[in-house]
Amino acid sequence: MGRSVLHDVIITLVVSALLIWLLPLMISTYTLTVLVIYGMLGLSLGLVWGFGGILCFGQAAFFGLGAYTYAIAAINIGESTLPMILAVLVPAVFAALLGAMMFYGRLADVYLGVITLVVTLILFKFVNSTAGPQYVIGNARLGGFNGIPGFQTLNVPGDPAAYIWGDPYFYVCAVALVIVFLLVTWLLRSSFGRIAVGIRENEVRMGLMGYDVATRKTVLFAIGAAIAGLAGALFANWGEIVTPNLFSLGQSAEIIIWCIVGGLGTRFGPIVGAAGLAYLKFMLGQQSMIDNTLVLGLILVLFVLFLPRGLVPAVASLLNSIFGGTKRKPKPRRMRRARHG
Amino acid sequence: MDLSFVILVEVLYGVASLVLISAGLAVVFGMMKVINLAHGEFMMMGGYATITAVGLGVNVFVAMLVIAPLVVGLIGLIVERLVIRHLYGRLVDTMLATWGLSLVFIGLATMIFGNTTTGISTPIPGFAFGGYQVNGYNFFIIIVSIVLVIAMYAVLRGTRAGLIARGTMQRSDMAAALGYSPDRIYMMTFFCGSALSGLAGAVLAPLVGLVPTSGGAYIAKAFITVIAGGPSLIAGLVSSATSFGLVSQFFTFAISPVIGEVALLIAAVVLLRTMPQGITGRFFKGKL
Repeated sequence: MGRSVLHDVIITLVVSALLIWLLPLMISTYTLTVLVIYGMLGLSLGLVWGFGGILCFGQAAFFGLGAYTYAIAAINIGESTLPMILAVLVPAVFAALLGAMMFYGRLADVYLGVITLVVTLILFKFVNSTAGPQYVIGNARLGGFNGIPGFQTLNVPGDPAAYIWGDPYFYVCAVALVIVFLLVTWLLRSSFGRIAVGIRENEVRMGLMGYDVATRKTVLFAIGAAIAGLAGALFANWGEIVTPNLFSLGQSAEIIIWCIVGGLGTRFGPIVGAAGLAYLKFMLGQQSMIDNTLVLGLILVLFVLFLPRGLVPAVASLLNSIFGGTKRKPKPRRMRRARHG
Repeated sequence: MDLSFVILVEVLYGVASLVLISAGLAVVFGMMKVINLAHGEFMMMGGYATITAVGLGVNVFVAMLVIAPLVVGLIGLIVERLVIRHLYGRLVDTMLATWGLSLVFIGLATMIFGNTTTGISTPIPGFAFGGYQVNGYNFFIIIVSIVLVIAMYAVLRGTRAGLIARGTMQRSDMAAALGYSPDRIYMMTFFCGSALSGLAGAVLAPLVGLVPTSGGAYIAKAFITVIAGGPSLIAGLVSSATSFGLVSQFFTFAISPVIGEVALLIAAVVLLRTMPQGITGRFFKGKL
């Protein structure tokens, strides 16, 4: 077991190092940075939904919350280290409270979806309406629909004048994604992760076996939110402005589409889905023939109808059937899609 | 006196518009267990159908009450045949597919009508009541939604078609054994649900500036109202629309419209947390 973990880690590191080295030769690092950030956001929902079976319609809420926390804290503190930490903690605490309210009330399925959706809407409506000068946290005006511009962006810890931007910022984001990816891998291999998958498969059975289902779901939900918050803070640094659109329903929808297209129940799928679709959207944005939303919607419908498992599992099983014939077949890991219907 | 009348009208209007917004979704979700996230876009298309028809010289009321429901119902029929029929019984998958459809419709509307605000003026003038100006169109919406609820009740309760539809939703295999085709009944029910959405969108169109994305404003409210209503179709719709309408209008008058909206959403969260089966899961059990 120990050896295969090491094996996994080394492969991850080598592949990601290659990608980090090769991709900037093809796509500008400015675009790549946001793809990496979206990948992290996709991974956060992929963890919560694909492995925990919690369909969260409001992952954008945590993303936006992370971004706003960073922006507000950065204006007040003027240095970026503490705001980054806060941007991870605040969404996690918020999600823990929200999750505790939902999971201890044994809400599931559609009701979970509705509540997360509604909470996102509340945040969106509230932040959107905070245009007046009376909405101030410390020195930071919330700014309503105009958002918050002009905050301190990421700097070398301890030296507020040494900004990290451009190419170095891409490397920071990419390394952050790799670290988060490894942490998620570790989490899923730990007993906590295995039990989370067990809860996804059969909640009642896990409860009867003596596991505290509500607590475990709450913790997993909070971890997902922490990752989304980190992605939000990185996004705030990339865009140098935060707007209420981060909380919007469209943003939440996109995250769900990434996970479906990439493949639920895999760690890699949501990242691929996020980066791929975000890049597609970027390319589509450069032409005006076909509307962007139309294409994204069609992709989602077609995937749900014809490839509900997503791209990565489909490609993996295809490769397996081509190359896996002679080799000792690796025991297929059962990664059933989270369904509640 | 004058003020209390105006407030009464506003509260009734708030409730009525919630009923109107949610009726189509209530049929589709409450009966067929299909969560149609493209519901808001069906309403948006109802609005555009009305505006286009009025632009072609059709009477406003004919456009709103006849043409828009028919057009949207037909679109719903196509959608049901192409997509939703393959996904019955898979709650999350239908939800995602219809979300995709909603994006498709937004995209199509943007390509056809452009990303600009269009609208028609309200066909009924306002009038002064005491010291206040009352919007006459609000009465129209109240009346339409009352008629709608009564008609839905009458059809489901009193007609053979309603009986067959309800029976099929409960036990489709039994209905099939008795010689009715569940496939066709599902199709017709979805048509009716879409037509109701189209009607709602059309009737509300004069009050809002229509943009391709304006469906998003409705979907959350409709979704919340229907889910909070619970298993009973009409009792749930009316009771949850009333409670949310009261809460939101109260806070709108007491503080501000934005707080009214937020209060509605918070009320929904509290309600769902305390009554996860919806209002009619606890009260009015077994009613229609």
